[in-house]
Amino acid sequence: MVNYIWVAMTIIGIVFALINGNMEAVNKAVFDGAKEAVTLCIGLISVLVFWLGMMRIAEESGLLKKLTKLFRPLIKTLFPDVPSSHPAMGYILSNMISNMFGLGNAATPLGIKAMEELKKLNGGKNEASRSMITFLAINTASITIIPTTVIAIRINYHSASPTEIVVPTIIATILSAIGAVLIDRYFYYRRSRKG
Amino acid sequence: MTAIFIIAEVEKDDEVMAFLSYISLTFIPLLIGFILLYGTYKRVPTYESFVEGGKEGIKIAVSIIPFLVGMLVAISIFRASGALDALMNWLRPFMMTFGVPAEIVPLLIIRPISGTAALGMTSDLIGVYGPDSFIGRLASVLQGSTDTTFYVLTVYFGAVGIKKMGDALKVGLLADVVGIIVSIVIVAFIFGTT
Repeated sequence: MVNYIWVAMTIIGIVFALINGNMEAVNKAVFDGAKEAVTLCIGLISVLVFWLGMMRIAEESGLLKKLTKLFRPLIKTLFPDVPSSHPAMGYILSNMISNMFGLGNAATPLGIKAMEELKKLNGGKNEASRSMITFLAINTASITIIPTTVIAIRINYHSASPTEIVVPTIIATILSAIGAVLIDRYFYYRRSRKG
Repeated sequence: MTAIFIIAEVEKDDEVMAFLSYISLTFIPLLIGFILLYGTYKRVPTYESFVEGGKEGIKIAVSIIPFLVGMLVAISIFRASGALDALMNWLRPFMMTFGVPAEIVPLLIIRPISGTAALGMTSDLIGVYGPDSFIGRLASVLQGSTDTTFYVLTVYFGAVGIKKMGDALKVGLLADVVGIIVSIVIVAFIFGTT
């Protein structure tokens, strides 16, 4: 599916440029897009190194396990396929907590680490497992408590009440996370019925 | 009277904001301190563990480069060629029949595809329509309550070498649709549609 979407975006773009006669913009887009991707990854190196280093200490000291124990009931319902003492649980939880506090750049390394552990659980196959899809669904719904960037933009434009959107955002984010989990469950049961 | 009231309001918000930014400023240093102290207490070789974990970070960052390059090039071709604008114009009437304001449609389409573009658009909408308008509030809530699905998918699956994504993309995009609907309903319900 990703293959098709990827090819479709590129081809449709090229065809459009042919019709509109703005091939120059497409040429520029190829290099700009590639450059942006590499810049993003280079920017990620510092964060990845720092937080994965920190998390290694947290893992070896047993801190991650303690965290998992605290939230076991919730996480067990969301990820029934993951054994409750597995390190994946610790990473999933720390990723969710970082996301909640709007620490996007700490959340990414933890999320990648969680995926890695989930892949191990799935026997190292290059196929997305049930838990991986659930984890992604929760991540794309992005549970936030304090949307700092948005508040900053609102202050910039002299909002009479920059923080008034915090409560609606929390409600929206929780409901959409619940929606994401339900959709994920629906697709899971559809898959498993097909066998 | 009104002026005093407004000043008091603004001050209250400044305090809230100061408190919020204080929390997010303090949270990371405290967390770092706590991890280090707890590690020392448990006799973990902290520095060596940190380095070992960090090495992994480099490997991961380098391994996602091709995934992101592929995805971002496709996305920027799609945008630069005008295809994205065409898609928006095509989807606009359809979405408007569901009560989605026309001004917000481009943001809805760009949100799952490109994080930076979405942030720019949110900022633009808030600037043009005012932060305390229906459009401004809706853009704020949407920006805060959804994420760049394509980016999350590319980075997370790319980093660990997942090739068959299964239903992940469908689930992620449908979750975005739910987020959008929920945001519109909640903003309209709490603040009204003006």
